[in-house]
Amino acid sequence: MLQIPAVEFHQVKKQYGELEALKEISFSVEEGSFFGLLGPNGAGKSTLINAMSGLIVPSSGRIKIKGFDVIDDYRHTRRILGLVPQELISDPFFSIRELLQLQSGYFGLKGAKQSAWIGELLERLALSDKSDANTSQLSGGMKRRVLIAMALVHKPQVLVLDEPTAGVDVDLRRTLWEFTKELHQQGHTVILTTHYLEEAEALCEKIAIMQDGEVKALDSTHALLSKHTYRYLRVTLSQAAYQLIPALEQRLVEREHNGLVFKLEKTASMTELLAWLHENQLQVTDISSRDASLEEVFLDLTSGETT
Amino acid sequence: MINYAGCWALFIKEIRRFYSVVVQTVFAPVVATLLYLLVFGQVLDTQIDVYSGLDYSQFIIPGLVMMAILQNAFANTSSSLIQSKMHGNLTFVLLSPISPLELYVAFVGAAIVRGVAVGLAILVVGIIWFDLSWQSPLWIMLFAILSAAMMGGLGMLAGIISDKYDHLAAFQNFVIMPLTFLSGVFYSIHALPGVWQEISQFNPFFYMVDGFRYGFFGQSDVSVYLSLSVTLLFLLIVSAINLILLHKGVKIRE
Repeated sequence: MLQIPAVEFHQVKKQYGELEALKEISFSVEEGSFFGLLGPNGAGKSTLINAMSGLIVPSSGRIKIKGFDVIDDYRHTRRILGLVPQELISDPFFSIRELLQLQSGYFGLKGAKQSAWIGELLERLALSDKSDANTSQLSGGMKRRVLIAMALVHKPQVLVLDEPTAGVDVDLRRTLWEFTKELHQQGHTVILTTHYLEEAEALCEKIAIMQDGEVKALDSTHALLSKHTYRYLRVTLSQAAYQLIPALEQRLVEREHNGLVFKLEKTASMTELLAWLHENQLQVTDISSRDASLEEVFLDLTSGETT
Repeated sequence: MINYAGCWALFIKEIRRFYSVVVQTVFAPVVATLLYLLVFGQVLDTQIDVYSGLDYSQFIIPGLVMMAILQNAFANTSSSLIQSKMHGNLTFVLLSPISPLELYVAFVGAAIVRGVAVGLAILVVGIIWFDLSWQSPLWIMLFAILSAAMMGGLGMLAGIISDKYDHLAAFQNFVIMPLTFLSGVFYSIHALPGVWQEISQFNPFFYMVDGFRYGFFGQSDVSVYLSLSVTLLFLLIVSAINLILLHKGVKIRE
């Protein structure tokens, strides 16, 4: 039986006056996947996420969450989806626990079971001792945790995190990722945008790279990395080299003391590189090779170079 | 299917919001209105004859009560909405399965509660100190609730279209305040020169004050049914505009 995708985008377009924030985006996110949405600032990631959550109305196109349209069947989609927005939010009138209770109420959830879930969320996100505090008294990291608790209060099947670790310290970042991984293992679909590409590389099974309102690349993380047409070679020399022949100079991406890093086409053989090094009369003490990181793939894609 | 539980939760949240600052949202307007009553009522009591057999202080109490209802119902929705926009917490409501109609009903419902609470407190003082009596509690309640609903809706509209507190203050000071003061709170429109009498009849607030006053004295400047019709008509227009804007997400889902 064909599985309904967790999220489907069909030619989603968003226009702000002259600016095309989203240019007919179409792709889908499989159920139960950990999906990364990457792109430079202004690429359209948050616009896409906000359109998916119903926070903005697309100019045209359709978005479906588990087969339900986000406009026509919004009551269904909002129950399925939990969003951790990028901007920090506060409410000067209520404590964290009261906010969670109110948010539960909007979804028609109350009673002992819901109170227990709220208690569990507060505990899991290390907010228990602050549960009676007002959000305006909290630090940025604490506010971020409150947003995560708010997004999870109705136990959504699809969790969308819009740069959840922005401005968060290393400890909390690690805690958040552990928690997110746990939710994913429990069967939640997780959609994530982040500027920490090494985290996206470690966490996401599939990645879409956006730029200027378009999806530039969409594939599994492994395929994206292996499809990259370059590899990186680190050459350590017995002494620093000041002049390189053109073949080496044009491939040089990093120079540090006696170490040189070359970006080499996968089609180019190691023999070729060794020949160039020999031609340059360089004394090589060590050579190591590695594939491109997600950051390098990302930079190549978003800087307009062909990969 | 209607999300009754969600609508109720939002209604309760809105009440708890203004109750958490009750000194500012209820007691302060009550004291301010009583000062009007003290100054205008006491000073002008014997100098102005409005309705036969009625002291001026008795005459202005229903007007002042209605003025407080109108201003506080407007303030509740407008300030709640603009604060939610500014702090960003409106997002929580927008992410929930609450429809535009449910959102509107919850906000306006809370505005009615605040408006009527302030009005009731002033009325109690009026009854105790100024021997105020009433002819028809039904008309009084009907105009209090419908007028608060209309103003709650107008406040919602102002909250939706305002991008910052400054816009809201302009709406409050240049639209709501003049219309309230020129609605016959302090006088009968029969006391005005002919042309001003006619202009007053284009002010919807005038009908709310006049209909409300009818409930107390059994007499009014215009027919109570005309006042009821105008109040209902404006409530419908304001509600329709709000629902269209909320449905389209104008300045809310952008």
